Amino acid sequence: MPPVTTTATAAASTSPEVPADGLVVVVKQDCPTCRLVAPVLGDLGATVYTQDDPAFPPGVAVRDDTDLDASVALGIDVVPTLLRREGGRETARAEGWDRATWRELSGVADLGADLPEWKPGCGSRTHDPAVADAMLVRARGHELAARRVELAGLEDEAEALYDRGWTDGLPVVAPTPPRVLRMLAGTTRAPDEVVAVVPPNLVPATVEKVAINAVLAGCRPEYLPVVLAAVEAACAEEFNAHGLLATTWGAGPAVLVHGPIARRIGVNAGGNALGQGTRANSTIGRAVQLVIRNVGGGRPGEVDRATLGQPGKVGLCFAEDEEHSPWEPLSVERGVPAGASAVTVFASEGPRGVVDQISRTPESLARSLAVALRGVGHPKLAPGFDAVLVLSPEHVAVFDEAGWDRARFTTTLAELLLLPPEELARGADGIEEGMPEPTRPHPKFRREGLMVAVAGGGAGKFSAVLGGWVGGPGGSSPVTRIIEEA
Amino acid sequence: MDSPVTVVLDPTDESRPAARTVGPRPDDLAGRTVGLLDIAKPRGDVFLDRLADLLTERGATVRRYAKPTFTKPMPTDLRAEITAECDVVIEALAD
Repeated sequence: MPPVTTTATAAASTSPEVPADGLVVVVKQDCPTCRLVAPVLGDLGATVYTQDDPAFPPGVAVRDDTDLDASVALGIDVVPTLLRREGGRETARAEGWDRATWRELSGVADLGADLPEWKPGCGSRTHDPAVADAMLVRARGHELAARRVELAGLEDEAEALYDRGWTDGLPVVAPTPPRVLRMLAGTTRAPDEVVAVVPPNLVPATVEKVAINAVLAGCRPEYLPVVLAAVEAACAEEFNAHGLLATTWGAGPAVLVHGPIARRIGVNAGGNALGQGTRANSTIGRAVQLVIRNVGGGRPGEVDRATLGQPGKVGLCFAEDEEHSPWEPLSVERGVPAGASAVTVFASEGPRGVVDQISRTPESLARSLAVALRGVGHPKLAPGFDAVLVLSPEHVAVFDEAGWDRARFTTTLAELLLLPPEELARGADGIEEGMPEPTRPHPKFRREGLMVAVAGGGAGKFSAVLGGWVGGPGGSSPVTRIIEEA
Repeated sequence: MDSPVTVVLDPTDESRPAARTVGPRPDDLAGRTVGLLDIAKPRGDVFLDRLADLLTERGATVRRYAKPTFTKPMPTDLRAEITAECDVVIEALAD
């Protein structure tokens, strides 16, 4: 290790208190090496900063750096650090105690004659987790524009946030300034950048507002790019979030994650992909819903008029298992370049399972799945609502082994779901619901009204249908957005 | 000892609209223009047709409006049109 580190590129200090010229030492009382070198500090003619105890070292004029501003400005990693500054720049640095180096730097030939030759230092207090939050807020708190709300000390945090109407009924994580700043570190986008104009109240949502709601939802910072893209997609005109919210039907926005970001941040596409237990799945969709609730003002009983709703409205997010799927990813079919990360937001009910443990031919299994898909909305309404079919690995394998690709499968499904008018008519099957006087076959789904994604655990000949809502210009269309920063 | 205060950042749009007040109600509809807004849900027209008859009998002028689709908010122009042309509006919501 070279005894003297020359740091010509050291950041110029922004603190007026840091001396432009001369020697500087930074110490803390808590460090044994600092206490060891304390007796020589008076001989250096240096400016001494102390990080924890302004009375340390005794008998030396020290500058109080308990707020760590000087340590941050000087880029201190280790105490003691001895450094030389010339003309406002650092020209040499020694970390820990090294007698020869300290003598060379200070020009005091007999410095520390009674001390050992060498002793490593301790970590700077700037790296102490106990002060990390306060330092983060001091350094970057000015970037936060949201109104600060004080919770009284005797208020239970979870209760206080629920009482203010900020939650979906489940407890949320308090969006404190340090947590929001850490969340913002998950994106390269500026906190004041507007992400989308959020229905129903058409309120512009900044990256910061989305980050605050992502904290509430329990997201980790690395999820934020996905949440931002999903919010943007959910607020697109063609998604019609206002209509989806206001309808008495129970669907809500669901988030499908595509590409390498899914695996990188841990969005589950395997076993229990549509269930609980994976943080990314449980919190990303929830963050989108909280943005619509808190920023857009969309709340149940107000603009949200759902007759029944469904548990997926708390937040539904999963990924396609592109790694194990034999098929071209759904995202590529939707125009996303292969290998890119993206999200698709679509109107969704909760999943309904489809059992077929017997079919070994693609023809039979396709017919099974078509029968299940016919039930979306009502078996006698066509085209009714959009839907997403989540094909399990064991089911997609049946098609793949027979040489069926995605296009052949979806084309076959569309043929099987061209429903005869006599079955759709009002009154047919003794059911008054149905189509008024149909004269020709009707497709169950509009073009592009059925998306197919592959996900799920390795065992189980079960797939799932996610029913949607009115599709197309009169309702909601799925919206895909590429995650540029992924 | 004072309890520590937790500071959190407001996740909402930070607008606290003043409570909305209900507009003044006319004493009588005779001689006034009543707008009937069909939001384009099935059978909303049945309800509004009957209302139109009843209102006309009572001396009101009836004007009919319709949203292009019930799934989306009313176009801003239509809202302005109704505001400019009517004293009162009745909206049919039901299926």
